[in-house]
Amino acid sequence: MIPHPFRYHRAGSLAEAQSLLQGEAKLLAGGQSLIPAMKTRLAAPSDLIDISHLSELSFVRAEKEALAVGAGATHHVVSTHADVVRLLPALGLLARDIGDPAVRYRGTLGGSLANNDPAADYPAAVLALDATIRTTKRQIAAEDFFLGMFATALEEDEIILEVRFPVPQKAAYAKFRNPASRYALAGVFVAQHADGVRVAVTGAGACVLRLPAMEQALDRHFHPSALEGIAVDQDLLQSDLHASAEYRAQLVKVMAHRAVKAAVETGP
Amino acid sequence: MVNGERREAKVEDRAMLVEVLREQLGLTGTHIGCDTSQCGACIVHLDGVPVKSCTLFAVQAEGAEITTIEGVAKDGALHPLQEEFREHHGLQCGFCTPGMVMTALDFLKRNPSPSRAEIRHALEGNFCRCTGYHNIVDAIEAAAKRMRP
Repeated sequence: MIPHPFRYHRAGSLAEAQSLLQGEAKLLAGGQSLIPAMKTRLAAPSDLIDISHLSELSFVRAEKEALAVGAGATHHVVSTHADVVRLLPALGLLARDIGDPAVRYRGTLGGSLANNDPAADYPAAVLALDATIRTTKRQIAAEDFFLGMFATALEEDEIILEVRFPVPQKAAYAKFRNPASRYALAGVFVAQHADGVRVAVTGAGACVLRLPAMEQALDRHFHPSALEGIAVDQDLLQSDLHASAEYRAQLVKVMAHRAVKAAVETGP
Repeated sequence: MVNGERREAKVEDRAMLVEVLREQLGLTGTHIGCDTSQCGACIVHLDGVPVKSCTLFAVQAEGAEITTIEGVAKDGALHPLQEEFREHHGLQCGFCTPGMVMTALDFLKRNPSPSRAEIRHALEGNFCRCTGYHNIVDAIEAAAKRMRP
């Protein structure tokens, strides 16, 4: 399969990437979603600006009660970095199960968020952990970032620099993967913070979403038993050839149960 | 650099690395299976780590060190991992084997004493339609024992 022609640029600095990012140009980070989309001609940018060599975007930094991860950090780096393992192992485990090893060596946090695939894993972590996305223009709260299927609050010429994850008291992620594609049919990230529990679901809806009924129940009692009898609204979920909304609703309940159980047993 | 030799090719910006390896450099050991980033038959090492060469533009690899399956055997002698694939009948048609070997080489570097479950997790991006994976896992397990210092 052959993509539409485009011009390739390897950015030597963030400033150069910024100046090239005009019109129909697109940023190329790991390319693990963008390149397949270009090969099937679902995407046809005029120019690709390769930012994968910008070392200033590829970092993990422990901060006071938070973990900052550069947009260019690959899933492999996130899954193995000592600070992630120490402060936020749930995020490391999530990254460890994205795609496959070759995808994890190329794919990046920033790329995943900018793409906002409805079945991507990272959006669930970003939303449940109440992370902040720092860009070349501003700071965007997770709540305001994910707008819909493949849609985000990013402007055309805005570049994600880093994501700052507050360290929760407890957190865990559980997903049920489509046995063929291995994408999440339903993935649930649960995080208990000092000011409350957040539950975010990916894969099941058109876009990552929170489940307030579960959050309130878990605020009262952070235990899998608190989820008994809580219905998941099927109208929030997708029906497609992979699964019905009814089935996804059931998967969300089971994954939420597993995530809470794991969080209770293992900590953050 | 490809398999330790400096190689030059003039390519279109949109040419995939796998096409350039196969058609311009004559390295046909790297296979195109699905061409949709799923099967892993095209995996090569780019600066020491496995990547899908059908999901990387050749221009992205400019200046990088690439190792293909042709670069794994040294001086005519198969790598121990390759020998174990043969020993354990870890292939039938052989189409997926180059990708399997390139993935397993990196995996054993990171995890010299893997469990069978860990081997299977590492192979999630490599499809084999012949063997049912069982003998591939055997081969990698045996290679791990042999390769441990």
